[in-house]
Amino acid sequence: MKLTTFGLTSFVLFTKEYRSEIRTRYALNALLMFVVTTLSMILFSIARENVSPEVLAGVLWVIIFFSTMSGLARTFVSEEERGTVLTLQLIARPLTIYIGKLFFNFLLLASINVVTVALYLVLITNFSVQSYSIFALTLILGTLGLAAATTILAAIIAKAHSKGTLFPVICFPILLPLLITVIAATQKAVEGVPFEEASGLFRALIAYIIVIGAVSYILFDYIWKD
Amino acid sequence: MALKIFLGLWLSAVIVVAFVFPIVSHPARWYEFPVVPGLEDKARILFFHVPMSWTAVVAFIVSMAYAIKYLAKKKFDDDIISASSAGLGFMFCILATVTGSLWAKFNWGSFWNWDPRETSIFALLLIYGAYFALRSALDVEEKRATLSAVYSIIAGVTVPFFIFIMPRIVSSLHPDPIVNTRGKIDMNSTMLVVFLCSLAGFTALYLWMLRMRVRAERLDLNLQSKGE
Amino acid sequence: MSIVNLIASDLTKFFNRRKIFSDISFTLHYGSSVAITGRNGSGKSTLLKILAGVLSSTKGEVDIQIDGKDIDLEHRHQIVGFVSPYLQMYDEFTGWENLDLFRRVRGVDVRDELLLDLIRRVNLFDRRNDFVRTYSSGMKQRLKYAFALLHRPPILFLDEPSANLDNEGIATVYDMMEEQKQKGILVVATNVAAEQSHCEFVLDLNSGSPIMVGQ
Repeated sequence: MKLTTFGLTSFVLFTKEYRSEIRTRYALNALLMFVVTTLSMILFSIARENVSPEVLAGVLWVIIFFSTMSGLARTFVSEEERGTVLTLQLIARPLTIYIGKLFFNFLLLASINVVTVALYLVLITNFSVQSYSIFALTLILGTLGLAAATTILAAIIAKAHSKGTLFPVICFPILLPLLITVIAATQKAVEGVPFEEASGLFRALIAYIIVIGAVSYILFDYIWKD
Repeated sequence: MALKIFLGLWLSAVIVVAFVFPIVSHPARWYEFPVVPGLEDKARILFFHVPMSWTAVVAFIVSMAYAIKYLAKKKFDDDIISASSAGLGFMFCILATVTGSLWAKFNWGSFWNWDPRETSIFALLLIYGAYFALRSALDVEEKRATLSAVYSIIAGVTVPFFIFIMPRIVSSLHPDPIVNTRGKIDMNSTMLVVFLCSLAGFTALYLWMLRMRVRAERLDLNLQSKGE
Repeated sequence: MSIVNLIASDLTKFFNRRKIFSDISFTLHYGSSVAITGRNGSGKSTLLKILAGVLSSTKGEVDIQIDGKDIDLEHRHQIVGFVSPYLQMYDEFTGWENLDLFRRVRGVDVRDELLLDLIRRVNLFDRRNDFVRTYSSGMKQRLKYAFALLHRPPILFLDEPSANLDNEGIATVYDMMEEQKQKGILVVATNVAAEQSHCEFVLDLNSGSPIMVGQ
């Protein structure tokens, strides 16, 4: 009974984020434009160059990392800037708010990543994926990990000033193990190794997601409460 | 005071011994170090670089432990210790990175190779940097203490991933495990004693500096609250 | 209606090591009301937030009991109503959407008719389907009363209750204050004499060691 109310409240808060985003397009438009601009810059710079797929695997995650940095702090920062933090504190338990925002961030990042990857595969011909199963799983786990880590860090950065510049700074060291792993896994996907060879990396990604999720769960209360 | 002098003498002795004791191929006398093939005199870095990295890691763990304690008890003193320890850890981390990088230049041919340990210390450096950047962006003391404690705990739980993940990835990128030959130095007892003395010296140096910083911070805060 | 008690003990708050107030203790029972007064910066709003459980105190505790049962901080928001000038509604949603969202997030069973009655009460019926960003500051303040009373809270906290309101709005608010005293506990932070007169007790934060006195 308690768990269902918890889930329901989190879900309602998730729909609030979703409807708010549909109305205002605070994050979505900026993120899409970011991806398009970055991709076109990369296309300009590698025109007629023969860049290896391994390097392009890294470049893909550079785009994803920076688009995450430009959009995902919004969910918490906008509450802080508009002064609606108090409103949320008055209507819901901290964890339901965190879960609602986490799922929204995951959805947002997943949709952006779908666009990014689709454009990347179409426009950058050298980037040929040999093992789509490894590639797909890498993207799913990578998106989950990025969403999990950036959501809790966004909650922290929302309380600081000079948020925009500081967000990548505090995110990068935390995301580094994740980024190193997803880049390595994407390289395996373009090399086309058997799935088993990448399973160690996937286990590491799953462990990372669980660890970040667990500390967020424990620590969110401290961040949220003034 | 006596402690300070003793610590100074101790570390001076360690430094002198580490540089002066000869390296010979068949150590027979008590003061001789054995030759490490491929390293020769470069092996002496061991006496400085390893204790520095060790201290950087210890400082990080102390900082994180006091961060947890702060969140549990909300006593400002714990935040002071946590932040002071992080400051010292940052310093030792820079020293370890610089010495390690210099050594890498002469041994592996380039300053930076992204071997697992280099990556871990680099990540630690970034974490310390981000930690202080975050601290300076928070005005209210309570907020600063809480959020930086939360950040250092999140950072702390991700550090082990480097130890866990990096070997898989680096070995997959570098078919020749040239970067993994480190750590296989066969020490004789003289070398081991000097090394342990250095380790103890650096750890004591860290603890002594930590105590100084914490005292200075406390005095500073007392002055501030008296001024109001 | 449930019997509610609020016990504040040794409340002390520091900001950046500066003392805002210290050692405030008082007890409020079902049906009682208190006006917290004091000059700007004396910590009226801060004390209100601490009592409502959205801000932690440096020292001391706030215990709230309903029918003799302690309500922990996790569930404090369910029994507290709160209005203040720095409270904000979501301005990309309409007034109705805001209240509908709060109703669903809280998981309280308030039928549409009751919600509409509440909206009529705060005189926003005609504008309920307009975006909050088009509201005047007085209308926003009215909406906050609907927000605060939606879940029929046993304890109501009002910070400057008549801020931005016209005479008619002020009259409605005073009615609401009187009703709250029948339903539970009322805590008001104000320096307006008329508002203080609606309260049974006064707690003056200007005095060195603030204590609650009857009036």
